Parts: sequence; structure tokens; C-alpha cells
Amino acid sequence: MLTKRIIPCLDIKDGRTVKGVNFVNLRDAGDPVELAKIYATSGADELVFLDISATEEKRKTLANLVRRVAEKVNIPFTVGGGISSVEDVDILLKNGADKVSINSSAVKNPDLINQLSAKFGSQCITVAIDAKQINGEWMVHLVGGKVPTDLNLFQWAKEVEERGAGEILFTSMNNDGTKAGFANEALAVLSSALKIPIIASGGAGNMQHFTDAFKIGKADAALAASVFHFKEIEIKDLKEELRENGVEVRL
Amino acid sequence: MRISEKEIETSSPFGGVRGGVDLVIIDYGAGNIQSLKFAAKRLGYNAILSSDAEEIRLADKVIFPGVGEASSAMKMLKKTGLDKVIPTLKQPVLGICLGMQLMCDYCEEGDTKGLGIFKAEVVKFNNGLKVPQIGWNRIFDLKSKLFEGISEQEFVYLVHSFYVKECEETIASTNYGVEYTSAIQKDNFYGVQFHPEKSSDAGEKILKNFLES
Repeated sequence: MLTKRIIPCLDIKDGRTVKGVNFVNLRDAGDPVELAKIYATSGADELVFLDISATEEKRKTLANLVRRVAEKVNIPFTVGGGISSVEDVDILLKNGADKVSINSSAVKNPDLINQLSAKFGSQCITVAIDAKQINGEWMVHLVGGKVPTDLNLFQWAKEVEERGAGEILFTSMNNDGTKAGFANEALAVLSSALKIPIIASGGAGNMQHFTDAFKIGKADAALAASVFHFKEIEIKDLKEELRENGVEVRL
Repeated sequence: MRISEKEIETSSPFGGVRGGVDLVIIDYGAGNIQSLKFAAKRLGYNAILSSDAEEIRLADKVIFPGVGEASSAMKMLKKTGLDKVIPTLKQPVLGICLGMQLMCDYCEEGDTKGLGIFKAEVVKFNNGLKVPQIGWNRIFDLKSKLFEGISEQEFVYLVHSFYVKECEETIASTNYGVEYTSAIQKDNFYGVQFHPEKSSDAGEKILKNFLES
């Protein structure tokens, strides 16, 4: 049986991890490769690198980082942040990324999803959707939730699937940073309506939240950052608890 | 042979001690092959990417990778003549993911005739589960030296929408709503549906077993 995936997310700026991390045994806590190696051996199923830098040098720095990660890490990883063209994706995949994640560029140019999945295959195209619930309706937002669009989450997700995305990374802006749990109701609707896997993101605070995301939210994977980086949750402990709660995981 | 003993200059089709390199990863424009090259390097093997028939014939081991769509991948193979080369190879050959699927008789994806090395059919998951299957699943009924040192029910990383039906040549199975072939072997030809280069330590062990076969 396919297991549910636990995915730590690393924010990257100019080739370095930005958010503080609490790994005492790291030689260089800002080195994404060191951190990635530790996660790979501690039971993470996949990794996501989200590049938040916005300089001209960015693409080159990111490609170099991807290459260094691919050299050292033997689990799959996804790269996202500012990817807006077939050429961007080509460079990242050629340097060893397994998947790429696109967000704003897909909203601005939905045809990009079709182009990417036709050229590289659906399996390596993740579409990230940030959404906020406003007056009961889930609306897609851009730029980390700052810029609203007139797209409905569920309609957009369906379109994303039809255009050939391999999976969806759904971040609830209402939950992100709250540590109060994932947006399970919206997740469950998404997961039941779509045939492609859904990654839950935003709101992880304790281990029960992950169980809920899988059991109530029917998510296929769950992504979190700070609870892992600050060692509030150890992945091995989390997986043991998930297994006890009847969620299939790789242990 | 290890990197320390023989360096990369043997990538010339006419170079090298025995005229070939440790490992050639067939490069026909499909997928993330850099990761495979790195994985081989972590195990101490020099790999080169090549689409040159002679270079491929002379290699100690050959990996036939692939992600993407079956009919366009087959078109690329035909364009380069590799569709004729691969089935005639005599050294150990490992097809990975779409590579394995293309080595079968027939792929439902794009109504594609395969290379016919494995007497098996490749069909789409149609069982109400999420497609593609993405993530870690178990392999069992392990029947090959490829799995030496690997436990029954070990986890491997898979990403695919189509699967190889179980057949006589199946050497490992996986269950995703249906029990299907996750590894297959005929003579010197091996195929794995999972990505050994992304399957953590178990994947590296399987890759090592192949490279040492």
C-alpha cells in the first residue's frame, strides 16, 4: 500500500536556508545540503526547496544548489519559487531536481502547466496553490497570500489537474503560521474531487495535526517547515504516532 | 571497476582498458538522468551519459532510464536507432521506470509498441486510486540477486501512472489497488518500476547489486 508522505520544506535565499534552524550537530546550519542530508536520514520522504530570492543571479545560484543536493541526497526533492518558463524548468531538472513547483506563473499563464507536463511529464510538475477563505469562499492568492485573485480554489485546482499537473501543493493562508492544524475540510473536498495527489501545507503544530490531515483531510502528503526545523517534532516520532493511528507510513 | 582505477577519459568509444566504460546511462532526452549519474558516483562508479550505439555496446553495464510519455520516448529511440541497439545488448541492462516499460511488448500509453524484451503489457491504473501513484510503496516476492540483502516488504520510491502487469518474468511485485510488476528480469535484462536512485539506502543497495552483477 502506498504510504503517506512527510515533507519538510526549506526556504532558500541566495543558496542558503533563511529561517533559523535548530540543529546543533550541523556544521553549517545555513547550508541546505547539510540540512537535506539530515532530513533524508531521519525519515523524511521527500524535500521541498522554496527559493525566495529575487536577484538576477538567482537562477544560476539555484541550479548550483539543486546540483549539490542531487549529488548528496538519495530521496526525491522538489524545487519551487519564481519558476516561470519551460527553460527555467529544463535547467532545474537537468541539474537533478525530481520535480518543480509552480505557483504565480501558473495563475498568470495557465498554459504553462500544459507546456511543462507535455515536455517533461506530469509526474514532475507540482502546482502550488495558496488560498484564503474569505466570507466562506476559498479564493486563490498570490505572493504568499498578499495578492487576491478572482479564482476559486476548487475550480482552479480542477483546471490545474485537467491541464496536466502531477500533484497539487495546497497551502491554506488562514492556517499557515498558526500551528493550529491544517485546513482539513478544504483538503478533504480537494482530495475527493481530484484524481491527482494533494499535499497539505500550512498549520502544522503538533503530531495530531498530521493524523488529522491524512484521516480527515484525506491528504496524500503533508508539508511543514518550522516544526521540523526547530525540532518540535521529530519525523521518526511523528511516523510512529501516525502508524499507531492507522496511517500507513514508511518507517 | 572503481573510479580510482580508471578515470573518465575512457568515455571515448575507442578508449579504455577493455574499450568501454563502467556504466553508460542511455541519454535519449528523457527525464532526470543526472540523479542516476550522481547515485552511481556515490557508489564509486563512473557513469557517462551517451546516445552513441558503439559506446553503449562497449560499456560494462547499461542503464536505460526514462520518465515522460511512452510514445514520444519511443519516437526518440527510433530516431537515434537505439530501438535496434538495446534489445541486442549482451551486458547487464537495467531499465528504470519508463525505461522498463518500454522494454515490454506493449504500452497502453500512446498505443505504443515496445522493444519486446519482456513478454508483458503496460496498462494504466484504473482502480479509483490517485494517479499518478507518487511516493513510497513496498516490494515483495523478491526473486532475484538484484535484491540480495533487501528485505521482503522494503520501501521504494515510485512515480507512475502506468504499470507492468504481472507475468512469468516478474521478480518483484507491488500493490497499488492491483498487484503489479515492480521489477522484472529476462537473461541479462532487468527492469525496475521504482527509482533506485531516489529510494534511500535500499535503492542504493539494489543499484549496487546491479552494478556488481
